[in-house]
Amino acid sequence: MPAPDTRRETVLELRVNNHPGVMSHVVGLFARRRYNVEAILCLPVDDGAQSDIWLLVNESDRLSQIISQVEKLADVRTVVRHAEDSCLFADLRQQMYGGGELKESA
Amino acid sequence: MHHMNGAELTIALLERQGITTISGIPGGTNLPLYTALSHSQHIRHVLARHEQGAGFIAQGMARSTGQAAVCFATSGPGATNLLTAIADAKLDSTPIVCITGQVHSDMIGTDAFQEVDIYGMSIPITKHNFQVRSAAELLEVIPQAFELALSGRPGPVLVDIPKDVQTEILEFADWPVPGQAAAIAPCNARALENAARMIAAAQRPILYLGGGVVSADAGATACTLAENNDIPMVTTMMALGAIRCDHPLNLGMFGMHGSKKTNLLMQEADLLIVAGARFDDRATGKIGEFCPQANVIHIDIDASEIHKLRSAHIGVHGDVGEALTQLNTLLPQHSRPEWIGQAKQARRDTSTVVALTGKDQIRPFELIRDIAEHVGEQAFIATDVGQHQMWTAQHYPFCRNRHWLTSGGLGTMGFGLPTAIGAALANPENPVVCFSGDGSFLMNIQELATLAQEQLNVKIILLDNQALGLVRQQQSLFYDNRLFASEFAQAIDFVAIAQGFGIKAMRLTTTNADTLAETLQQPGPCLIHVPIDRREMVFPMVPPGAANTTMLEGECHACA
Repeated sequence: MPAPDTRRETVLELRVNNHPGVMSHVVGLFARRRYNVEAILCLPVDDGAQSDIWLLVNESDRLSQIISQVEKLADVRTVVRHAEDSCLFADLRQQMYGGGELKESA
Repeated sequence: MHHMNGAELTIALLERQGITTISGIPGGTNLPLYTALSHSQHIRHVLARHEQGAGFIAQGMARSTGQAAVCFATSGPGATNLLTAIADAKLDSTPIVCITGQVHSDMIGTDAFQEVDIYGMSIPITKHNFQVRSAAELLEVIPQAFELALSGRPGPVLVDIPKDVQTEILEFADWPVPGQAAAIAPCNARALENAARMIAAAQRPILYLGGGVVSADAGATACTLAENNDIPMVTTMMALGAIRCDHPLNLGMFGMHGSKKTNLLMQEADLLIVAGARFDDRATGKIGEFCPQANVIHIDIDASEIHKLRSAHIGVHGDVGEALTQLNTLLPQHSRPEWIGQAKQARRDTSTVVALTGKDQIRPFELIRDIAEHVGEQAFIATDVGQHQMWTAQHYPFCRNRHWLTSGGLGTMGFGLPTAIGAALANPENPVVCFSGDGSFLMNIQELATLAQEQLNVKIILLDNQALGLVRQQQSLFYDNRLFASEFAQAIDFVAIAQGFGIKAMRLTTTNADTLAETLQQPGPCLIHVPIDRREMVFPMVPPGAANTTMLEGECHACA
């Protein structure tokens, strides 16, 4: 019987330069390092010159390594690893899916 | 105000970066750049015969000088042909700036003629890349490309310039400052103090030098640390030449084809001081069994290398040269007579076992040593990838930083000839020797035309066993001797081929071996074709995936 999935989720908050291709640099890095991104949220800030990207990822031993790789990307200004599970994605999930069913957008 | 189009601006910015040679091939989408280049008084263009060749020519310039070098390619197939050379530069931390033409901005994304998403394709294999959206952006992007290529851990940067950006007229007031390597933050003093204490307390420390020591030109500093503290030094393949091969504390190369005594001695170490190295699997063997008793001090300019494959007890992020210099001031002299005695014994025993073949054929390792004697210490040594590369790494007496040019991380066959051309372009006073094998040589043989045109002092030593030698070796040793698709049934007259390209060529055998010195002394290019026995193998060898203590030595396989 497979062990129950006890992985915790972590939110990474990235401040990045905003231009075409930045998202490919970020998510491509995760894919190349065999690290799945569970959810992504991205919003422009600073009049659109920069963006904030929130990534929901599973905690793993390799997380520190992937963070140091992300920090090397030229367009990534800062990376914040939220120690506790952020409620950001949970709230979003609640708003979009309510009790589990996708709400009709009337 | 300055008034020019994007192509002229690009060339002017490259001139301001101090670029004097660009390798490349023109095509439809970079013709404005080539027109601008044709007017340059400061930059000469070297016409490669394949864009991969252009990329490796740039690498030869960059690896031999430490400065960023530039190559050009057109869009589509021109750009995709560059990819292998770019990936190679990424894995060996080589600073090159690749400038590709791209279709007109309005046509991007329409599957236009010779359009590919080179921006997307090159993301995983560049340190950074750009697609330029306006001529004005070039003022920022070109200096930034150089800064990124050279700063910290060096690497390749690609700049994709759509044709309309090249022809767009721009007026601007001020030139940007040329891009250069950014200053490196000083190493953490506390980490260095802890490292010094750990070194002082160690009984069997080893200084493990990687390619980062070459980049930082820190070999002499490493030797001082070793001499003052009785610490033996070992090098990865990439660090060959960073310290003199005849330094009494240099135990030479370890790893898959390193010396057996060195590999065994490393297993006894209680401390590894790892400088500018990344625990590559060809160096460590099965990493779980690599130096199990050793604490690790890991010094690297790339913070993400520390703890990546092997946890470090002390991580020092920063310039390797600076870190070693500081360790030298922190560490008073320390002697370890017993350990250093063991190390010196291992050094005496590092003669490599080589399988014997008949006396009527030249033995590669003897030839490599002979050539080193004839060409002297000023020579740059480029190789392709395969058995000849490993024999050269094992037997060539390397003494100078940046004189060993080889494809380590990617292991790219076809690397040797164009890289040798690049080294010769950047160092016209020095002889360049390219050791190659027939399999590798065939992968960029067209660059013989570039070599003939440029008349550079490159001597190609082609060890021809009519096989993909290392593949054949692995099949012999690990795949039940099932030699499949690793031997070339069709013999090639490489002497005639080279002559057809306009290159002098000779066949070297035991009967005319005495002419070698004379041939090497003649200026200009020459191909020296050396038939060797295909049963020759590279020993010792750690089987792929095995621990470094598991070395095959060769005798029992000599007649495979």
